[in-house]
Amino acid sequence: MDARRASINGREAISEKTRRPLGQWRLALPHAPGRLAWHRMARRALLPVVLLALWQYASTAGIFDPSFVPSPMTVLRSWWEWIFGARSELAWYSGTWLEYVWLSAWRVLVGFAVASGIGISVGVLIGWFELIKDMLDPIVQGLRPIPMTAWLPFATFIFGIRESAAIFLIAMGSFFPIVVSCTIGAEQTPKNLVRAALMLGTSPRMLLLRVVLPSALPYIFNGLRVGLGIAWVLVIVSEMLAVKGGIGYAMWTAYQFVRIDLIIAAMFTMGLLGLASDRMLLVLNRRLLRWNTGLRAR
Amino acid sequence: MEYGAAGTLGQSAAGRIECQSVRKTYRDAAEGTEVLALDGLTLAIEPREFLTLLGPSGCGKSTLLNILAGFEKPDAGKVLLNGVPIERPGPDRGVVFQDYALFPWLNIQQNVEYGLREKGLAKSETHAVAQRFLAMVGLSGFERRFPHELSGGMRQRVALIRVLAIDPKILLMDEPFAAVDAQTRTILQEELQRLWMQTLKTVVFVTHSVDEAIYLADRVTVMTARPGVVKAIVPIELPRPRDSTSDGFNHYRRAITQLIEVESRKVFAAAAS
Repeated sequence: MDARRASINGREAISEKTRRPLGQWRLALPHAPGRLAWHRMARRALLPVVLLALWQYASTAGIFDPSFVPSPMTVLRSWWEWIFGARSELAWYSGTWLEYVWLSAWRVLVGFAVASGIGISVGVLIGWFELIKDMLDPIVQGLRPIPMTAWLPFATFIFGIRESAAIFLIAMGSFFPIVVSCTIGAEQTPKNLVRAALMLGTSPRMLLLRVVLPSALPYIFNGLRVGLGIAWVLVIVSEMLAVKGGIGYAMWTAYQFVRIDLIIAAMFTMGLLGLASDRMLLVLNRRLLRWNTGLRAR
Repeated sequence: MEYGAAGTLGQSAAGRIECQSVRKTYRDAAEGTEVLALDGLTLAIEPREFLTLLGPSGCGKSTLLNILAGFEKPDAGKVLLNGVPIERPGPDRGVVFQDYALFPWLNIQQNVEYGLREKGLAKSETHAVAQRFLAMVGLSGFERRFPHELSGGMRQRVALIRVLAIDPKILLMDEPFAAVDAQTRTILQEELQRLWMQTLKTVVFVTHSVDEAIYLADRVTVMTARPGVVKAIVPIELPRPRDSTSDGFNHYRRAITQLIEVESRKVFAAAAS
């Protein structure tokens, strides 16, 4: 639902409340935030449940070759074993899930934190000070078109098969959307707000903190969300190729052992992790940008 | 309507403004040409005076106000506040913008406190001052609201008390009521007049409404079409609060409308040729 609002500030997006239910020419009653009527919950669950049922049916009826496409039940059983099974030196796919999730999440967290810290400060500075823009923007714009995966051989060569290689790659990848978004945000600072602050006694040096940064917050959050998505992509890539452990590593190992059930379990795991981290960012966004959420509903 | 005792609000002395042969050109980005906005404008604004600037659109009234605020610098000529040249914006000149320019990320209370915090006042003090001013314009109970949750008229009240709270020497208002509906506008004009009677600040008020200019002003300054200079200064000698349907008011309305129309025709003719 919130992906539809991903445009900057979400101002172009259609508000949930003004959307008309199909075939009903009246406005949908506004729901209390965070609560949906049961029939809407059912409507939302319908298609996923039907698809899962079809998949299960196709597997048991022999339409899918079970050695090629596992059934949902097989995936669930393998996933269960991966999470709760006994640990053993011989079976990497048993009881290692939590450790791998933690490894991947940790890498994303560190890389994303580094990217956010540098990206927000550099981006806002580029967007506000012409001197800094002239000095730094050519480097940022020059490096940005290099696809992130193209950094991988370089990173593993410099850092070796180590944590630092993965973290470098993740930080690099999420840095660019953050820095670009923060630059735009700072550039868009309304002129009259700057004037109002100066008139009320804010010193030119404090403008950055008092006006530019808060005014750029919607753009900053937008950049952070895009950056976080890229961080999850790159953790998989680097775990497949550059570091040991983690969900990407498990996925690649599963591929080598022809365990499609585990590949699918790993994919769902990634989906859930990405969703959960995006939600956390959204909650933070709503708290910090309460002043902005009212603007987007109109 | 209640008018409090004169000058009971605010301590800082009202300012005197002097503009001497102020000249300002700016670049028209769309046309790529230099436009002469003000051509040697000379004007003195006395302490405690309410002066309205009236003129056809594009006559440089807003440019003049921006120069007084310190947002822009004149190309030639002098602009003095109590004898000191105006160089940059500062809290001795409170500006009320047409688009309110409230900080959307701060709630109403915080918006009113902003200038006081910048002055370095303690939190308890800023809180008390903000409460007093909010009560004065009937906005008690709206402290925790954000600007976008308020109507245009309420926002402009907040913008007004935000600058009154820092007790400036001068109030600069750039078509502050142009964006609100006619009924709200009348109420805001009355409120502004009441607050002005209590503070007795020097006010420079830009408008394109003849009625508004006469209703509020001690002196109405009529400007010429671009390049702007002072065409006429009309002192309004009517007791306050003024009745816009009275004969006296109508007399001023007729005279000033004639002055303005000549200038508006010039703008129209220039655009047509």
